[in-house]
Amino acid sequence: MNYLKSSIGRKQLMGLTGLIWSGFVLSHMLGNLLIFAGSDAYNKYSYALTSNPLLYLAEAGLVVTLLAHVFYGLKLKFENVEARQTRYAMPTNGEKAARFQSKWMAFHGSLILVFIIYHLITFKYGPGVEAGYVTTVDGVQMRDLHRLIVDVFQSPAYVFGYVLCMIGVGFHLSHGFYSAFASLGFYHPKYSDWLSKLGYVYAVVVAAGFISQPLYVYLFAEAR
Amino acid sequence: MGGASQSTIDLKLKVWRQKDAATGGRFEDYDATGISTDASFLEMLDVVNQRLIKGGEDPIAFDHDCREGICGSCSMVINGNPHGPERSTATCQLHMRKFNDGDTIVVEPFRANAFPVIKDLSVDRTSFDEIIAVGGYVSVNTGNAPDANALPVPKVDADQAFNAAACIGCGACVAACANGSAMLFVGAKVGHLALLPQGRSEHNERVLAMMDKMQELGFGNCSNTGACAVACPKDISFENIVRMNREYAKASIKKRT
Repeated sequence: MNYLKSSIGRKQLMGLTGLIWSGFVLSHMLGNLLIFAGSDAYNKYSYALTSNPLLYLAEAGLVVTLLAHVFYGLKLKFENVEARQTRYAMPTNGEKAARFQSKWMAFHGSLILVFIIYHLITFKYGPGVEAGYVTTVDGVQMRDLHRLIVDVFQSPAYVFGYVLCMIGVGFHLSHGFYSAFASLGFYHPKYSDWLSKLGYVYAVVVAAGFISQPLYVYLFAEAR
Repeated sequence: MGGASQSTIDLKLKVWRQKDAATGGRFEDYDATGISTDASFLEMLDVVNQRLIKGGEDPIAFDHDCREGICGSCSMVINGNPHGPERSTATCQLHMRKFNDGDTIVVEPFRANAFPVIKDLSVDRTSFDEIIAVGGYVSVNTGNAPDANALPVPKVDADQAFNAAACIGCGACVAACANGSAMLFVGAKVGHLALLPQGRSEHNERVLAMMDKMQELGFGNCSNTGACAVACPKDISFENIVRMNREYAKASIKKRT
C-alpha cells in the first residue's frame, strides 16, 4: 500500500505537520508578547517580519502543512466514524476512560481552522497603511498594527471568542504534542512520561501567552 | 464498587439482546437475584441463563472458553468498559464481589464495524484471524529445536517481546477504541515477533502486510488516546503501537516493490 494511503503514514503526516505548527504557534505567541514592550517594539517586529522576503517562503510552508493537516485530519476522522458506528449505552468511565481532550481533536481542530481564517481576515488582510493605520518608528514609515490590535480588542465579544479559541488551541496541543511524537515512533519508558507532561506545559504556556494579549489590551490599553 | 460484605447480592441487568447480525437489537432488563459474591461475571450470567432456560426463554449468548483469563474468548462491555471496570482483568476473572447489592449493570457486545454482532453479546472476531493469516507467524524453517544458547536474546528485548506476546487476541483494544482501531493488537503481534531473532528476518514484510490488512478490514485509525492499553486485560503496553509506527515507516522506505 502507498505510504500516504496507509493508516500509519497518514498519522505520521498529521504528527509532522502538527509539530511544525506547534513550533509556529510558540513563535507567534512569543512575538505577541511584545505588546507588553509598547507600540514601537510591536510595530517594529511586525515590520521586520513583513518586510523580509523569506516570509513568503515560511507562509507557503505553513499553508501547505496546514492544508495537509486539515485534509488528512478530516479524512481520518471520517474513516474513524465509519469504523465505529454504534455508540455504547454507557460511556467508558473510571480508570479505563481516555483523556477527554484526545477524543475531541477534530472538534477543537475545526474551531482552530475557523479561527485562523477569521484571524487572517481581521489582522493580516485587515486595514493597513492605506486605511490610516500608519506610524513612523525610527524614521521608517510602517503599518500601525498595534493600533489595530487595540481597536479590535475593544470588543468584549471579540476578546471572548479569541480567548475561547485559544483554550481550544491549548486542548489541541495538550494531546497533539505528545501524540505527534508517538505517531512518529518516539517512545521510551524513561522519557515518554516526561514528554507527555511537557506537552501539557507547552499547551498551557502557548494558550496562556496568546490569551494574555487580548486580556491586557481590553483591560489596560486605551484606543487612540 | 468495592468489596461487598454479603455473600449474595441482588442485581438488575440491562443486557443487549440481538437475534442475529441482520436484525436490530435492544436492551432487555433481567433480575439477577441471590448471586454469590464469589461467582465470576460469566458464572453470574450462567445463573441468569439457567433461569431463562427454565422459564422457556432464549438464554443470553456470550463467548467463553477457558474462564481463566488466557483464551481471550469472553468479550463484553460492562458498564461502558470492555471486560468491566477492573484493570488487567478479563470478564471471566471479574468477580461479583466487585459489585454492590442493588447495582444495575449494563452489558453490551464489543462495538466495532470490523466486529459484527453474531447474537446478543457474541461478536465475530474473524477479522483478527485474517490479520494473523497475512504475517503473524514465523515462516522460516527452523528445523529441530536449536541449542538453548545458540540465539542470544537480550533481557530487555525478551521482556518487551513477552509483554507483547501476552496478547490473547480478545479484541478489548478495538472495543475500547473510539475509532474501532486494532493498532494495539497488530502492534503486539508485530512487536512480539520483531523483537526476537526468529521473527526479525521477516519483520518488514510482516508489519506492512498486517497493517494493510487491518486497514482493509475496516478498522479505524489510531489517535493515540491510549484507551486500548488501559482496557487490555493483559496490560499490553501502548509502546507496542509506537514501535509499530516506527517499524512501518522504516519498512515503507526499505520495501523494493
